[in-house]
Amino acid sequence: MLFWQILIDGFAISSLYALGATGFALIFGVSGVLNLSHGALMVTAVVAAWAAGNDLHVGPYAGAALGVAIGFATSLITYFLIVRPLQQTRKIREEEKEIFILTATLLWGIMIQELIAYLYTNNAKTVAPIVQGVVSIVGVRTPTNEIFTAIVCWLVIAVLWLLVNRTRAGKAVLAASMNPRGVTLLGIELSQVYIAVWGIYGLLVGIAGVLLGMFLGVSSYSVGPLTASAFSIVVLGGLGSVSGALIAAYVVGYLETMTAYLISPAYRTIPALLLLVAVMYVRPRGLLGRR
Amino acid sequence: MIKSTRRGGSAPKLALFSSAAMLALALAGPAYAQSSEPIKIAVIAEAQAVAGSSIPQAVQLAADEINAAGGVNGRKIEIISYDDHSSASEAVRAFQRAAAEDHVNAVIASYISEVVLALEPWTGRLKTVMVTPGAASDVITRNIAKDYNNLKYTFHGYSTSTSIADATCDAAKDLLVNDLHMKTAVVMSEDAAWTTPLDTEYLNCLPKIGLKILDHIRVSPDTTDFTPIFNKIEAEKPDVMITGISHVGVQPTVQWKQQQVPIAMFGVSSQATNSSFWQDTNGSVEGVLYQAFSGPGVAVTPKTLPFVAAFNKRFGNNPSYCGYTAYDEVYYIADAIKRAGSTDPDKLVDALEKTDWVGTIGRVQFKGKDSPNPHALNIGPTTITGLMLQWQDGKQVNLWPANVANGRLKFPKFIKVGAAN
Repeated sequence: MLFWQILIDGFAISSLYALGATGFALIFGVSGVLNLSHGALMVTAVVAAWAAGNDLHVGPYAGAALGVAIGFATSLITYFLIVRPLQQTRKIREEEKEIFILTATLLWGIMIQELIAYLYTNNAKTVAPIVQGVVSIVGVRTPTNEIFTAIVCWLVIAVLWLLVNRTRAGKAVLAASMNPRGVTLLGIELSQVYIAVWGIYGLLVGIAGVLLGMFLGVSSYSVGPLTASAFSIVVLGGLGSVSGALIAAYVVGYLETMTAYLISPAYRTIPALLLLVAVMYVRPRGLLGRR
Repeated sequence: MIKSTRRGGSAPKLALFSSAAMLALALAGPAYAQSSEPIKIAVIAEAQAVAGSSIPQAVQLAADEINAAGGVNGRKIEIISYDDHSSASEAVRAFQRAAAEDHVNAVIASYISEVVLALEPWTGRLKTVMVTPGAASDVITRNIAKDYNNLKYTFHGYSTSTSIADATCDAAKDLLVNDLHMKTAVVMSEDAAWTTPLDTEYLNCLPKIGLKILDHIRVSPDTTDFTPIFNKIEAEKPDVMITGISHVGVQPTVQWKQQQVPIAMFGVSSQATNSSFWQDTNGSVEGVLYQAFSGPGVAVTPKTLPFVAAFNKRFGNNPSYCGYTAYDEVYYIADAIKRAGSTDPDKLVDALEKTDWVGTIGRVQFKGKDSPNPHALNIGPTTITGLMLQWQDGKQVNLWPANVANGRLKFPKFIKVGAAN
């Protein structure tokens, strides 16, 4: 019984982690940006979906759609307002840009967090679930929403895979992640690729955020932990490797769930962080890292 | 931060005069710098938290009412408001500034026990009266017992955790044991300063009323996924979950509903006291029972409903639990200043100790110097009894005690009452 419980709960949370981390890995892989405002973007999507339901009194579908749209928009704002000016400036030396962008996105995330706390308090928010009720799977009473979450996550990841591997635009993105200079030699505008990637990332973050809001709920305090969890998953999987991130998401998700059930929910995140430290020692490039 | 400034004349003569006057006043000491000077009350609160946001609002409402009625012996009340962002260190800085720079006469501070415990030593160091509208830890008043002369400036304007647990047990005896014949319970509390004495008293009083405790679970306030906790509780098959939650609220409530955990939640759930909690949880709070000292529509005293109406009219929502107490605190601080005829901190402490004020949650009296909890509120049938409310169809309905009840207990379908028997 406990085995099935862990298997089912772990699957839902891991799928959500996978979706959240995929976008994070994609951005790093293609543009070399470690976006530390990741958690803030997710929380923005949740709060937007929540506010749509409460202030505008729209239904769950429209609320979810609005949440995703705001996640998408905030991602592009982050790119144009924070990341792009730093990438293009001549005032900062090339080799220092990474650290400037890292700091800028971190501060941007904190600004968003404070703004959300100011406007909507720091209490947790949940999004009205699209599907309600429970079903029994091998004797485990499972919220239908949990199954819905896992299905949507995998559908979105599958679409992303098709996009990257089967379309011309996707192949350009993939090429940019391998050799940015080579892509420009083929006549592809690198900045167009970046905009596309940040757009895709925005959709992923929006969807992951809204699903998280329906599943567990978030508050402005979640900004840091969400960024940290995406960061550790991506580092564990190998920076820039999307498939590594997917595997790592399941490792972290199940490790957390097992800890919560078998030891205590209070220690949930600790074993995954210890694993991360161990991986840093033994295999610093992560599970599937190229570098 | 809100700070009012006064502008004076610009003529050098006047400036000289005012400097001299200021010097004279400074030499005379703050206690005598009065007559037409406003009485300054600082409010240090968690303006960004649902429960805490009611504190500055209720304080301002009370001050405006008192001022509209002519003030205190002709002196207006001026409120200086600080947001502590739920941080003890920010609260301490605000307190230091309030006492040293803004020269306030009293401070109304916080609903978080950790914050109030951090401020407590400063009330003695800076000889500034502080009343808390919402912190609950018994340690606040136990500290006063240990070091009365130094910490006597602290007043506990909200019930101690022990008294809250007792009030919850009293209600549980009538509603759960007598009416529904429940026999077993699991205590689930968040890990925080205020729940340590709460849990101790739960473990003491629940068996006495006939509820056997099957387990005692303390959850980390950082918990986001409550599924493992609910599963563990469900496996133990208790009749009821007795809660002690305040910092967490939305997530356990929403997940309880979403997972259809078939066990009723009953106890302290501070966020559920706020009228916006229905929206915050998308209605998942339906059926949750929570202890409180006031509730919308419950005329605990003749002052309760007019306060709720005035608050709602001005701020567009109902006050949280510490809104009621914060509102009362301004009134009885003003009353104490009036009786003391002074804002001298020691005289104010003497006057506050003699407080007998009918406020919005009952009759406010503080326990004396010789009590193990000096300056804690007297809780009991003649002073403050407490209520037990339940969320039903978007409304907070009071079920207990019977003389002020305005509804009957009813649970959502997924709750199986008596299933464990």
